This record gives sequence, structure tokens and C-alpha cells, in this order.
Amino acid sequence: MSSEHSSYYVPEQSRLPILMAASLGMFAFGAGHWVRVGMPAFFLLGIVGIIATMFLWFNTVIRENMQGLPSAQLKRSYVWGMSWFIFSEVMFFACFFGALFYIRNLAVPWLGGEGHAATTEEFLWPGFEATWPLLHTPDQAVNGEAAQFLGAHESMSFPGWSNLLHWLPLWNTVILLSSSVTVHFAHHALKHGERAKFNFFLAVTVALGATFMGLQVLEYYEAYTHMGLTLKSGVYGTTFFMLTGFHGAHVTMGTIFLLIQLVRSFKGHFTNDDHFGFEAASWYWHFVDVVWVMLFFFVYIL
Amino acid sequence: MAHGPAKGISRWLFTTNHKDIGTLYLWFSFAMFILGGFFAMVIRAELFEPGMQLVRPEFFNQMTTMHGLVMVFGAIMPAFVGLANWLIPMMIGAPDMALPRMNNLSFWILPPAFLMLAATLFTDAGGPNFGWTFYAPLSTTYAPDTVNYFIFAIHIMGASSIMGSINIVATVLNMRAPGMTLMKMPLFVWTWLITAFLLIAVMPVLAGAVTMMLMDINFGTAFFDAAGGGDPVLFQHIFWFFGHPEVYIMILPAFGVISEIIPTFSRKPLFGYSSMVYATASIAFLSFIVWAHHMFTVGMPVGGELYFMYATMLIAVPTGVKVFNWISTMFKGAISYETPMLFAIAFVILFTLGGFTGLMLSIAPSDIQYHDTYFVVAHFHYVMVAGAVFSMSAAVYYWLPKWTGRMYSEAMGKLHFWVSFIGFNITFFPQHFLGLAGMPRRYADYALQFADWNMVSSIGAFIYGASQLLFLYNVIATIRSGKRVSEPKVWEGANGLEWTLPSPPPYHTFSTPPEVK
Amino acid sequence: MLRKAQQLFGLALATFAPVLVAQESASEGSQQVLNMPVGVTTVANQVYDLHMLIFWICVIIGVIVFGAMFWAMYFHRKSVGHQAEHWHESLKAEITWTVIPFVILIGMAIPSTTTLKELYDTSEADLDVRVTGYQWRWQYAYPETGVTFLSELVTSQDQIYNLDEKGQFYLQEVNNPLVVPVDQKVRLLITAQDVIHSWWVPDFSVKKDAIPGYITETWFQVDEPGIYRGSCTELCGQGHAFMPIVVHAVEQEEFDSWMADKQAEAEALAALTSQTFTLDDLMARGAEVYARTCAACHQAGGQGIPPAFPALNGSSVVLGPVDGQLDVLINGVSGTAMQAFGALLNEVDLAAVITYTRNAWTNNTGDVVQPIDVFNYAQGQ
Ligand code: HEA
Ligand code: HEA
Ligand code: CUA
Ligand SMILES: [Cu+2]
Repeated sequence: MSSEHSSYYVPEQSRLPILMAASLGMFAFGAGHWVRVGMPAFFLLGIVGIIATMFLWFNTVIRENMQGLPSAQLKRSYVWGMSWFIFSEVMFFACFFGALFYIRNLAVPWLGGEGHAATTEEFLWPGFEATWPLLHTPDQAVNGEAAQFLGAHESMSFPGWSNLLHWLPLWNTVILLSSSVTVHFAHHALKHGERAKFNFFLAVTVALGATFMGLQVLEYYEAYTHMGLTLKSGVYGTTFFMLTGFHGAHVTMGTIFLLIQLVRSFKGHFTNDDHFGFEAASWYWHFVDVVWVMLFFFVYIL
Repeated sequence: MAHGPAKGISRWLFTTNHKDIGTLYLWFSFAMFILGGFFAMVIRAELFEPGMQLVRPEFFNQMTTMHGLVMVFGAIMPAFVGLANWLIPMMIGAPDMALPRMNNLSFWILPPAFLMLAATLFTDAGGPNFGWTFYAPLSTTYAPDTVNYFIFAIHIMGASSIMGSINIVATVLNMRAPGMTLMKMPLFVWTWLITAFLLIAVMPVLAGAVTMMLMDINFGTAFFDAAGGGDPVLFQHIFWFFGHPEVYIMILPAFGVISEIIPTFSRKPLFGYSSMVYATASIAFLSFIVWAHHMFTVGMPVGGELYFMYATMLIAVPTGVKVFNWISTMFKGAISYETPMLFAIAFVILFTLGGFTGLMLSIAPSDIQYHDTYFVVAHFHYVMVAGAVFSMSAAVYYWLPKWTGRMYSEAMGKLHFWVSFIGFNITFFPQHFLGLAGMPRRYADYALQFADWNMVSSIGAFIYGASQLLFLYNVIATIRSGKRVSEPKVWEGANGLEWTLPSPPPYHTFSTPPEVK
Repeated sequence: MLRKAQQLFGLALATFAPVLVAQESASEGSQQVLNMPVGVTTVANQVYDLHMLIFWICVIIGVIVFGAMFWAMYFHRKSVGHQAEHWHESLKAEITWTVIPFVILIGMAIPSTTTLKELYDTSEADLDVRVTGYQWRWQYAYPETGVTFLSELVTSQDQIYNLDEKGQFYLQEVNNPLVVPVDQKVRLLITAQDVIHSWWVPDFSVKKDAIPGYITETWFQVDEPGIYRGSCTELCGQGHAFMPIVVHAVEQEEFDSWMADKQAEAEALAALTSQTFTLDDLMARGAEVYARTCAACHQAGGQGIPPAFPALNGSSVVLGPVDGQLDVLINGVSGTAMQAFGALLNEVDLAAVITYTRNAWTNNTGDVVQPIDVFNYAQGQ
């Protein structure tokens, strides 16, 4: 042990990082190769490598944890690590929200000739009306049906009180918000050593997460088949799918993350005062939740 | 094995030791510096005289782009991360970095990324040719299809920086020896703490930008396409929201290095420690709200133009505080001029010159004339080469004896300094004239009146480039045959925990934390 | 002002005298290549003065700051036995050198603000010109009269590749310059067809990006008749350095007659379209058009630079059915540098250049394509 007399556990040499690095490299190259020449093999290879390594890595960390190697200080390092990782995720979403605001409040109005841009509309996009959600693209205003960007004939926005209950986003909001509550209950239960209760609420949370994803898929299906709302239908489709899509991806990861904690709990991991794995997962979950609330306001309602 | 490094290659592949990883970072960044410099040599050789001699314009653009990318993401940033790895644990009395395995990962994903990026040069579509700022739609609709590799390479570099920064933040906030309060930390640690914060904040934004490109190129989205309601200028806003903090990411650690070296060789404590910390913090803060000073010609509404001009000018104030404090530190000291100090002083002078031109650029109406000319190129090489790179040379000469337990040859060090100093100024000072007289940047060929200064600049570039070979020689010579240093405190004026350790320090530093009073 | 500036730059140069000796003898043009042109519009002059003002402020600050530094470096050396003092705090000092720069900055901000407002005031212009950037040429259009033309580099590929003596205006000469009347406020409506370009004429202190899908506005008013040269300043691909800008500022009546000629030309062209030409006429005219408009990418020998720029010599499109080639030329190939030249070249030039490519090099098809064929094809779409 490199650190019998050390307060801080410095792990021995490890093969995990280099494996991960190789997988990530393969993943990146594969991804580029896939979109370029449409050959996903390397990409999938990379994914497999990443998942396998992650599995090994988490195992190692958990084992060390069970052996009680990590000091309280190391655990604090994990806490810092996770919090700053979530902060970086926040900035990633901030980037896409920023793009949404810029497009909605500046770009589209300018294309419609507002502010200093009167000549833009007059000479380049005659007849284009700035609206949001943008269902009729500048391209259509000029080229009609020949346009490359054909707007959707229907948007995802608030459909009016009358058909409120048929409005998926509302249900998704309800589901995700309540999942945030259940995960909190779970945490509470764990702190008080009520293992059964913990498992129950955690399971419910995971279930809610899965349901949310189900509905999201349904919504996309609707969009593509009935609303003509696709990635290709101008900036409205672009911003809609990119924001909800990345959020969806994060929900999926969060759900898996929580699921792992559930499995661990069945294996008898965690104690009342030491269960960082679960705490990290739950923070992540709350974060995903907050992002959704933002989405709900800025993408669906306003 | 527990107490010493493993043997052979496995030591480097599997290591979790902050010193090993620091070493890896430093050598990698130097290799990238050579590569990027080599691209620069191609640029300078082509621009040696009017007309196309060596390369085609298309390839020239690839050289310019790769030069910028490799230098920024491959040379400067990893160099400072390497320094951080070596020094931060020793400076705050920690046994190692907070998350040693992630530390290894964040280094080892870099080589594949740069390999992939550089490899695109050999495809028949060619490498990235749209400038290191890769403005859409030149980088999307009109890009060579290898742009996809570029995009994912950037993703990996971003991931590496974020992991590295998380590690540094966790180390600084959590691993300080007892008694090492925040306001007792060496300034280098402070500047890196703030830099790491900047990195975690802006790298995801860069990732967002390249993701949007990926979608526009392959999946028909319209972020940067007016026909669909998007806007090419949106790309520039996102890029510069990352890009401006990025330039301070490349200079703040340098400030830290200089703030360590100047007191040592002035034999006088750093003047105004706390105001240095606050100045660094306010520079970091300001860097988030000035990005559009790179976009004064895109036709923003005049209000926005004015706001970004004022905000940018403000940065001169905290930066000035730093410069003044360095000078006050030297004032009434007992100054001696070893190689690190020479580089540090050159840094202060040349960085300030670059700062002045920066300030001129921040004046929106006159930036109309400067923008995208060689005046800008001169500006940022003064701050990045004479800033970041000189500070790295200073740092290496300063800590090399500590790292290796061997002293470099002062004569050779001084030679390296003077050749770089002269070569650098011959290269980049004339570029101010070229820019003001109207030579645009990213030009593969130019009108005849620019011939003379371009020739001067190219000659200077070869001198400066050759001087880097001298640097390489000095480092290797020191490691292999430098005269041994016995005492922990290599420089009489130095203070800080790293100087309490033997030179070279044991493989595992401070496995029992020191007391700091 | 300018003179002073040059003296000072001269001083700075003294730092690398050796190099200078070498280069002074190289040519006498060098003296002018030191500072920003004073400019020929009132705004440009203002910008120049602002530039010099900030420059001098920085020089003064620099002298003070470095003065203090060099003082310390000289007198407080260890080698002269100077003993280090130990003070390292002074709130007073910190505050002074926070406040003073701040005040200086305010001093700089005021003139900058007024000048910037000037630059942005595009209101009540006397003449509008639409400027459109293409890879790699500019198109100018006068909405009032409907006159439209391309402005392209005329420096030969031979000069660029050092096979031929470089002319005086190497890379700064175009076939059709932008022509404007003096003493008139000209408003430019700038945009681009493909990627972002940027329209810069230093003497006017006008630099505005040309952004595809958006129009940016700027203006200038020249007092002196003359020829003014500028360049594209936004990286726009391999032709970035090869799409210069030339502006002729002329007296009003000269401008009017020029405009009249242009309109006449347009009609003449329309007439030509219905005419039939001999192979030789078309080859002659086609060769010119090719050298100007196509050679930069497809190369003088028609070998292109694959894969980005396909060869035309022996190309299946060129040797294939005429309609196929007409389609490529008139509608372009989206997402590539191949523009829709239907909008850029007139029928005669299109016919000529198509005929040329079909008979130049080893493409001896003997095909003759007449302007009317082009016209009909375009109508037929
Ligand atoms: C290390 C990197 C670095 C640093 C530190 C800086 C520092 C500054 N930069 Fe620079 N900059 C770049 C890297 C950097 N820059 C790069 C890479 C580009 C080009 C990107 C591209 O397009 O490719 C660029 C471009 C760039 C532009 C855009 C130019 C254009 O494209 O048109 C502008 C405009 O405002 C600018 C401004 C500034 C300012 C105001 C500072 C300030 O921080 C400087 C402050 C310092 C001082 C002012 C000197 C010391 C102060 C005093 C002695 C106090 C007293 C002084 C006064 C009161 C005047 N920079
Ligand atoms: C911190 C980053 C950094 C560094 C260190 C440098 C270093 C150098 N750069 Fe810079 N440069 C940029 C960042 C940097 N650059 C960026 C961001 C751009 C903008 C790109 C864009 O427009 O998109 C740019 C653009 C740029 C241009 C403008 C290109 C154009 O607009 O077309 C030029 C032209 O002279 C140039 C020159 C140089 C030179 C001569 C060096 C020298 O300092 C390099 C010296 C180092 C070496 C030479 C390597 C070591 C030695 C050897 C390899 C041995 C062989 C040597 C010989 C044969 C002599 N750079
Ligand atoms: Cu057009 Cu550069
Ligand atoms: Cu900036």
C-alpha cells in the first residue's frame, strides 16, 4: 500500500484510465468515421469499450470503498468532482438555451426586417414574417414548396386550456417533478436506515424516469409523423429537438445511474451516513429536473 | 514498487502519480509546440516573398488553421496543466492530485485526439482549412468532410480540459495541508484555481458549438443557416463566449508563474499579494462579458458595439494592477538576472506591449481598421508567445533543478533567452506595420508593398524557431548531464513548500502533510 | 501627426537596425508601410486621429511604466550590492494605480463613442449600392438603375505562380471596379452568397462583414476623385487573398456617363445574345472568361485540384451532353465552391466559356454553344 502512513488514499498504478482513453479515442474516431462514410463499426467498438471500462472502474471504486480505503477527505474530493461536473453540464445546456434566445429574440426578427435589418427582409427574404414558433421559414417565404427548410404545420407549444389534458409536455412535467420528490424521499429513508422504503422510492423514481422517456419517444413520433416537425424544419425544429433531445439523453443516463444504485442497494451496499454513489446520482437527477423546468417554460410554454 | 516508480513503459501508461503525469503533459505539449511551430515555419516560408512558392492557397489555409489549433489546444494549455500537475500538490503540501486515475485519463485522451486531428492533413480532402476560429458556414456547409474528425477531436480535448480542471479544483479546495489557508496559497495556485474555473465554464460551450456544427453538417439543422431562420453570426457569439475566456486561460497561469519568479530573483516578497488575487479574479469575471470585441465588424447594433467596447477596455485596469505590482516587487529589491528572471522580465515588457495593442483593438471604431489584419496577429503573438511561451520557458528553467536535481547551464540558458528575445521581436514587431498598412491575415499571398516587412518577419521567425531547438537541447542536456544540486532551496530568494523538499523530490510527496504556520 | 508617428516607429525600428539596412535597400516603398493611412473621408480621418491618440497615450504610459522598471533593474541590482527592502503592501498605491488607468480609459471612451456613432449613421444616403460576396469575387448592383456586374481579380495565374513578372498592382487589380460619385453619401448594402466575406477599403475606414442571408449596412463619402484599393478580410476559402476591391471615385457627370454606358452595354449584350458567333470568336472570349473566373480553381490547364476542384480536361460533364454542363454552370453545385453562374455571367460569356472548355486542352469536341442556347436552356427551367 503506497500510503500506510498516509491520510489520503493514492491508488496504485491502474490500467483503467488507459483503457478508457483508448475506448474514447476509438469512440471519437468511430463517430467521425460514421457520419463521414456511414460505417458505425469503430463507433460501436468504442461504445462497448467505454461501457466495459466504466463497469470495471465503478467496480474498483466500489470495492475500494467497501474496503474502507478512502478517507473522508477523498470522499470530499468525489463530492467536489461531481458538483463541478454538474456545473459543466449546466454550461453545456446554457449554450443551447443561449442559442435559442438569440435565434428567437434577435435572428428571426432581423430576418423579418426588424430593427436595423429592414433591407435584409426587403432584398433577401421578401414576405418573410417573423413569428415564434417559426413554422414558415425564410426559405419558404422565397422558394415556396421548393424550399430546403419546410416548417412544421403545427408546433409543440401550449395548445390552449381546452385540450390541456392531451398535452404530453404537461404530463412529462408532472412525472419528472414527482420523480424528484420520490428520489428525495428515498434519500431521506436511506439516512434513517429504512432500507425497504429506500428501495421502494428509488424503484419508483427509476420507473418514472423510464415513463418520461417513453412519453418523450411518443412525442417525437407524433412530431415526425403528424406535425411535420423534424430536425430539418428550420430553427424551430432545430432548437426543439436539440434541447429536448439532449435533455432526454441526460434523463436516460440519470435513470441508468439511479438503476445502478438500486442494484447496489439490493447487494447491500450503502450505509446510513456513507452512500455517495446514490447522492451523486440524486444530485444529477435534480439537475436534469431543473433543466426540464427551464425547457418547459422556454420551449413549450413561451 | 509502492514507493518508487514502476519500470519501463508501464510506468507512463498506468501511472497515477502527479509528477509522472506532469512530465507526460510537459513533453507532449513541447512536441505539439514543435509541430505547431513547424506549421508556422511553412506559413512564414510561403510568405517570405510575394507569389505562391511552396504550397497552394488551399494548403496554406490548412497550415494556418492547424498552427492555431495545435498551438492553443496542444502546446499552451497542456503545458500549463503539466506545470499544475507537478507543482500544485508540492505547493499546497498534498500527497498527490485529488483524483489520480482521472488525472491519467485526462492526459492520455489527448494524444489520440491530436493524432486524429493531424491525420486529416493526409486525407485527400485535406485537413481543417477554416481558421482556428472555424466560422460557419465555411466550417459547415463548405468544409471538407474531414471536419467531422475535427469536431470529435475538439470534443475529446474539451473533455480532457474539463477533467483536468475538475481535478485541480478538487485538489486545491480539498487537499491543502493544515494551516495552508486560501490566502496563504502561492499565487500560481490561485491563478490555476481561477483558470480551472474558467475552463469548466467555457469548454462545454465549445462542445456545444461543435455539436451544432455537426448537426448542421450531417442532420439538416439550421443553427447557422439564415434560410432556416438561423444565423451564421450566432456561431461567432458562441465561439467567442468560449474563445475570449480561452485567451485568459492561456495567460492567467503565466501570471502565476511570473508572480513566483519575480519575487525570488528580486529577493523581496511579492507586492500586493491580495490585490493580485482580486485582480486575477476580476480579469476572469470580465472575460465572460467582453466576447463580441472579436466581432466589431459583423454589424451588431451600435448599442451592443458600445457595450462590448467599454467592457473590454475595463480589463486594462486589473491587468494594469498586476503589471504595477510586479514592478513594485522589483523596486528596491536586490535583483539578479538568472535565465528565469530574464524571461520573466521580457514577459512583463512584451506582454504589456501586447496589452497596449489589445487596448487599441478594443476601441471599436479603430478596430474597424485593425480587424483581421496582421496588427491582430502581432497583438496576440505578443501576448501568447512572449506571454504564455516565455513564461513556460521561465518556469522550466526555474523549476527544472527542483524536478531533476540538476542545474541547467546558465550560459546556454542566457543564449537561448537572447536569441528568442531578438528573434521574437524581429518576427512580430514588423507585423504591426503590415497590419496597419493594410495586410489582411490568413492571406496566402500579398501585394508587393508588403514584401519587405514580410521578409523581415520570416527571417525573424526562423531565428526564433531555431532558438527553440536550443531550448530542447538545454533541457535534455540538463536532465542527462546537468551539475547536481544538493540543497532543497535551489534559489536563495525562493520560498514556498516545494523548496522545502529535496531536489529531486521523492516519488510520493508529503505522504504525511506538513505543518504550515 | 503622421510624421511624428513615423519618427517614433523609426525609433522602434532602430532596435533591429541590421535587418533594416538589408531591407531599406530592398525598396523605397517601405517607408509608407508603417502606419494606418490617414484616409480620404472625414470619418476615416477621425478614425486615424483616434488611432494616433490611443497610440500616444499607450506610448506615454509605456514610457512611465517601463521607465520605473528599468530604473529598478539598473539601480536595484544585487551585483551593485543593493540590499532588498521588505515592504510589500500599500493600499494607497494600489488604489492610485486602479483609479488613474480607469480615468484614462474614460478619456479614451468619449471620442471613441462619438466616432463610432458617426461610422454607424447610414441615414439619408444619396446612392445605394448592393455588394455581394462570392467565392471569390464581388458583385456590385445599383438598385436605382438595375446595373449589375462582377468585379474579379485580373492578375494572371502566371504572375501568382511566378511564371511571369509581377505587375505594379499585383493582386490589387480587378476587371470592373466599383464606381461612385464624389461628395455623395454612398450606402453599401452588403451580403454574401456562400460563406462570410468582408468588404474593406482602408482609405474609407469601411470594413463590414458580408454575411450570407443577412444584409449589413455601411457608408462612405469620398471627397477626392481617385482610385482606392482594398481587400476581402474574412477567411472565405482558398481564394481569400484573391478577391480584391477597387473603387473609382469620379465626378458626378463622369459617373452619370459611366452609368449610361453600363446600361447601354447591358442592352448591347441582350442584342448579342440572339447573335451567332464563330467557334474562334467564342474560343477567344471564352479563354478570357476562363482565365478570370474559372482558372483559380480548375487551373489554367483544366487539370483542377481534385477532389475539391474537379478537372475539366477530359471531364465527363464537359465531354458529355451540353445540357448537363449548362445545368452545372447555370445552377451551380450546392455546398461546393461551384456557384450558380447563371446569376453571375451573361449568356454570351457562358456560351463562350462552355465552348472554350469543350474545345480547349485535349477536349476537342468541336461543339459550339451559342448564347441563344444558354438563354433557351435558362428559360426552359
Ligand atoms: C494570451 C492571450 C491574450 C491576452 C492576454 C489578450 C489580452 C487582450 N486582448 Fe486580445 N486576443 C488574443 C489573445 C489575447 N488577448 C487572441 C488569440 C486574439 C485573436 C483571436 C483571433 O481572431 O484569432 C485576440 C484578439 C483581440 C481582439 C480582437 C481583434 C480583432 O480581431 O479585431 C481584441 C479587441 O478588443 C483584443 C483585446 C484585448 C485586450 C483589451 C486585452 C487585455 O487583456 C490587455 C490588458 C493589458 C494591458 C492594457 C497592458 C497592461 C496594463 C497597464 C500597463 C495599465 C495601464 C494601461 C492603460 C490604462 C491603457 N484581443
Ligand atoms: C500560443 C499560441 C501560438 C504560438 C506559440 C504561435 C507561434 C508562432 N506563430 Fe502563430 N498563431 C496562433 C497562435 C500561436 N502562434 C494563432 C491562434 C493564430 C491564428 C490562426 C488563425 O488565423 O486561424 C496564429 C497565426 C499565425 C500567423 C498568421 C497566419 C495567417 O494569418 O495566415 C503567423 C504568421 O506569421 C504565425 C506565426 C507564428 C510563428 C513564427 C510562431 C513561432 O513562435 C513558432 C516558433 C516555434 C517553432 C519554430 C517550433 C520549434 C522549432 C522547430 C520546429 C525546429 C525547426 C525550426 C526551424 C526550421 C527554424 N502565427
Ligand atoms: Cu472573400 Cu475572404
Ligand atoms: Cu478577446
